Amino acid sequence: MTEYIVLSAILFTIGSIGVLTRRNAIVVFMCVELMLNACNLAFIAFARQHGNLDGQIAAFFVMVVAAAEVVVGLAIIMTIFRTRRSASVDDVSLLKF
Amino acid sequence: MEFVKPELEYAELLPLLIVFGGACVGVMLEAFLPRGTRRLPQVGLALVTVVAALVATVVVGMGLDEHAGADGSGGSEGRGLVGAMGSIVVDGPTVYLWGLLLVFALGGVALFGEQRLEGGVSAFTGQAAALPGTEGEREASTRGLEHTEVYPLLLFAVFGMLLFPASGDLLTMFVALEVLSLPLYLLCGLARRRRLLSQEAAMKYFLLGAFASGFFLYGAALVYGYAGSVSFAGINEAVRAGSANHGLLLAGIGLLAVGLLFKVGAAPFQAWTPDVYQGAPTAVTAFMAAGTKVAAFGALLRLLYVAFGGERWSWQPMLWVIAIASMILGAILAIVQNDVKRMLAYSSVAHTGFILVGVLGVQSAGDLAQGQYTSLEGVLFYLTTYGFAMIGAFAIVTLVRDAGGEATAYDRWAGLGRTSPLVAGAFAFFLLSMAGIPLTAGFIGKWAVFTSALSAGAWPVVLVAIACSILAITFYVRHIRLMFFTEPSQDGAGVVTRSSLLTSGTIVVCLAATLVMGVVPGPVLDLVTGAGDFIR
Repeated sequence: MTEYIVLSAILFTIGSIGVLTRRNAIVVFMCVELMLNACNLAFIAFARQHGNLDGQIAAFFVMVVAAAEVVVGLAIIMTIFRTRRSASVDDVSLLKF
Repeated sequence: MEFVKPELEYAELLPLLIVFGGACVGVMLEAFLPRGTRRLPQVGLALVTVVAALVATVVVGMGLDEHAGADGSGGSEGRGLVGAMGSIVVDGPTVYLWGLLLVFALGGVALFGEQRLEGGVSAFTGQAAALPGTEGEREASTRGLEHTEVYPLLLFAVFGMLLFPASGDLLTMFVALEVLSLPLYLLCGLARRRRLLSQEAAMKYFLLGAFASGFFLYGAALVYGYAGSVSFAGINEAVRAGSANHGLLLAGIGLLAVGLLFKVGAAPFQAWTPDVYQGAPTAVTAFMAAGTKVAAFGALLRLLYVAFGGERWSWQPMLWVIAIASMILGAILAIVQNDVKRMLAYSSVAHTGFILVGVLGVQSAGDLAQGQYTSLEGVLFYLTTYGFAMIGAFAIVTLVRDAGGEATAYDRWAGLGRTSPLVAGAFAFFLLSMAGIPLTAGFIGKWAVFTSALSAGAWPVVLVAIACSILAITFYVRHIRLMFFTEPSQDGAGVVTRSSLLTSGTIVVCLAATLVMGVVPGPVLDLVTGAGDFIR
């Protein structure tokens, strides 16, 4: 059981480090999705450990929410890309301090 | 494993259902009405929906029964019921926050519907898909197109906000968090003017918001691993019973707090606030600044008080640090701004710190002196005063314009008090209320949260809070001096544009609310006290 939790923690860490270091908005967004999937893994592992269904139900909801987030997120990233011909998060710097 | 047919308390959940239904009908209107004729039905639908939900909220609030506690022992006092199979809790604080959110939503609909300021079109872009500066965009603006999708989006966001503080388990809270955030991400990117800034604000808000909700979710998973349940009542029992994996619980609380503190804009998770407040259309900023903060603080209070009440000594020190950081950072960075919207954004970070001072002042009811306000009551009152002042201030920001649209730079506001004393006076009044000058609502709000924190023994935080309040007065007063005692700049000053009744009415209502709550706070304080406590 612990192995799954450790794996999900590793995936979550990879995802959050990716968000902080990658420059392409699409890749940043993929890293966020990786974090959500790490959460799913943790939910399911804990559901097995506790022997109830709450965690598995949660995983279903997270998948639906992640799909909705993709729709909104890709729309926003697409508009930015079409305007600037770049999806780099470094270029989005008109607003600062 | 046996499935139980869910039973919903339709009567008590009516405000939620009305808003959600209204949003869905709005989407249908978008699909079936021709483009030119959509605006009036959409504005009308949004107004009717919000008003109907407000009436339903009042009815629900009048009819709340005493809650007997889950096991019939009357363990937790307060009125309300745990509905939707434990997912939604309708109690006194919930109903109060619902009412507050719906009043702010009403202001939001009014500001969204304003057309006179832009000369007959709304503040939202005519065609979000058209590139800025291209033929398509010019055509859309000459044909007077506009996105009426903003009204259903607003209603969906309101639905998420209503569900957020009412959620009875971590999963519902997560779904509510996303339902409130996703429409706001889109709304932020739809400004008619300065579209690059607006799109950039949307992207920053989205990426950081998604990042923060990832943290929230992992925290939820860890707490579920600790407690074996996602419901707040179950988590509370597990926390009080204690268990071996205490580290799991602490990590979970920390990660959940990151997600919620991001939403309220507390330091060190405040980086998005100024950019999003500045880049988003001002009507959206007004609605978002008030609504998101109210909803997210409601959720934060419920999570910390109901689910983790037994673990108070673990999360209180964390909130001490975050409250102090937010107040200092917000107040100092607001001083160095030269844009009105950014200044208001940083001041909202400072206000988040002040409200957190109230949140960390929680203590058991027995320790309170007679007639003293609990931290929950203080926070609810502060949120009320803050929301009205914020919406009013941002509504005035939409009025001050020059050739390029809204003039938010400081030098455009110089001398505004001479050309338009009424508008500048109203703005000054909102600033004074935010600064917490006596005879305004903000003073009573600060008083309520500071005293509750003080009686809980958090005097170092309260000292910092008072110092930061004084620091905050400097930049509010500096702006007032700029409006009234500075010569207008040579290269053009902002002019107050005549608005329709939608914007001016909102400003007048906010002004009246701020004034009344400052002079006779009794009725609202009674309402807050009557809301009672959270139930489990």
